[in-house]
Amino acid sequence: MSEGTTYITEVEMSPLAEGVLSGLDIAIKDNISTADVRTTCASRMLAEYVPPYDATVVERVRGAGARIVGKANMDEFGMGGTTETSAFGAVPNPVDETRVAGGSSGGSAVAVAEGSADIALGSDTGGSVRNPAAFCGVVGLKPTYGRVSRYGLVAYANSLEQIGPLGPDVASVARLLGVIAGADPRDATTQDRPAADPTGYVDAVDVGVEGMTIGVVPELFDGADAAVAARVRDRIDALTDAGAAITSVELPALEHAVAAYYVIAMAEASSNLARFDGVRYGIGGGEGNWNTAFAAARKAGFGTEVTRRILLGTYALSAGYHDRYYAKAQDARAWLRSQFAEAFDTVDVLATPTMPITAPRLGEQLEDPLTLYQMDANTVPVNLANLPAISVPAGRVDGLPVGAQVIGPAFDEVAVLRVAGALEAAG
Amino acid sequence: MTGVDAAEVEHIAALARIDLEDAEVERFVAEFETILDYFEQLDAVPEVPADAETDTVLREDTVIEPLAQSEALANAPETEDGFFKGPPVS
Repeated sequence: MSEGTTYITEVEMSPLAEGVLSGLDIAIKDNISTADVRTTCASRMLAEYVPPYDATVVERVRGAGARIVGKANMDEFGMGGTTETSAFGAVPNPVDETRVAGGSSGGSAVAVAEGSADIALGSDTGGSVRNPAAFCGVVGLKPTYGRVSRYGLVAYANSLEQIGPLGPDVASVARLLGVIAGADPRDATTQDRPAADPTGYVDAVDVGVEGMTIGVVPELFDGADAAVAARVRDRIDALTDAGAAITSVELPALEHAVAAYYVIAMAEASSNLARFDGVRYGIGGGEGNWNTAFAAARKAGFGTEVTRRILLGTYALSAGYHDRYYAKAQDARAWLRSQFAEAFDTVDVLATPTMPITAPRLGEQLEDPLTLYQMDANTVPVNLANLPAISVPAGRVDGLPVGAQVIGPAFDEVAVLRVAGALEAAG
Repeated sequence: MTGVDAAEVEHIAALARIDLEDAEVERFVAEFETILDYFEQLDAVPEVPADAETDTVLREDTVIEPLAQSEALANAPETEDGFFKGPPVS
């Protein structure tokens, strides 16, 4: 595979007003629509697609003073955890160029890690902001489902995904969250909840964790590489010095999270990506009737991982299999959600390693899809339960960055940011 | 075992409207076997009533400026007289 770059398209979109992001350069993941600037989703299908409008988050960051410097590389349509499924080539990890940057928002994390942007936006369907943040040693946050407008985000799995901020430190992520958060009449799933303002989030970072209870999730430490788990556990335990209580919380429903996540995500992908038929945008299908032309256009436009997920999703929704896969996955999702809700009756936040391993070598795992899916064990439960979570650097193992994940109750990004700020201060 | 064969992969690809080469069919047969076997674990999940997390929110309709026709058509591979031009139905 040819080596890709941080940005699929370098641009300069100037700020629309002065604001809390004035003077900051921002990278935007290339599945977030930018008016008059091509938005490819790292797919051949959309290599020439130029949106006629801005996503809500793009309007908001430009309105808050940020300058957009590029459309960041990613896994094709967000489907992958390494940025290797990009039709534009994988971007290497700036910490060690033989390793993956993580994904799917790999370019966004690399932009921040290498300093070509001060902050970045990614999208997180099953860990796609937190995974590359952990692998590249930066901070990345997945907001509560409904906190940030998805208007203008090219859909992959609507019920799971949120746009989220990345930055070099917790404060920069909190500031960017404050700009993009809040209800949007153009996305009916957004909700107007407290703390959707810049100062609420930024102030939380320095409040400290005195009196907070942090629950560590043993299942998600046991499944991780021992050195990674130990590094994260040490960081969490250090918060007792700052006045936090540490306890252990088991969530047995986690066992089925990866299977449930992939069934639901693939099913939604098969439906969402049906729009790419080569008629309104994308690659035209040429000769033949509509079945022939659509199938030719989709073969020409989609890479292997996207095709794999569309086919598996179509299978899981097809007659005779819907109840066996899709309905059971929805049960697993509801089960997990109720266990998280129960856990937050006794603890303020939960903590885990973000990724069970450090960044794999480029090319190492691309050929084995199930192994790659299992790498998402610690991040996908958060999306299934619609919760907010952050990845914060927690030191290194063999020279490679490790991330600690802090998960909060729905719409309590403030609790997540308080603990993340304390972890950063203790590091 | 879930037992996916080439005919089934081809059937699914036809439903999804994606052409596959023979080598791809072969590859997906092997992979889908493994992945679908992994999904079988969901059988152990108890039935759980999903909490309704939705509210009905009503508002007045308001007129806003729509996308201009020229902008809506700008990315289409083929257009004719202000319409998208698609392949024949049959």
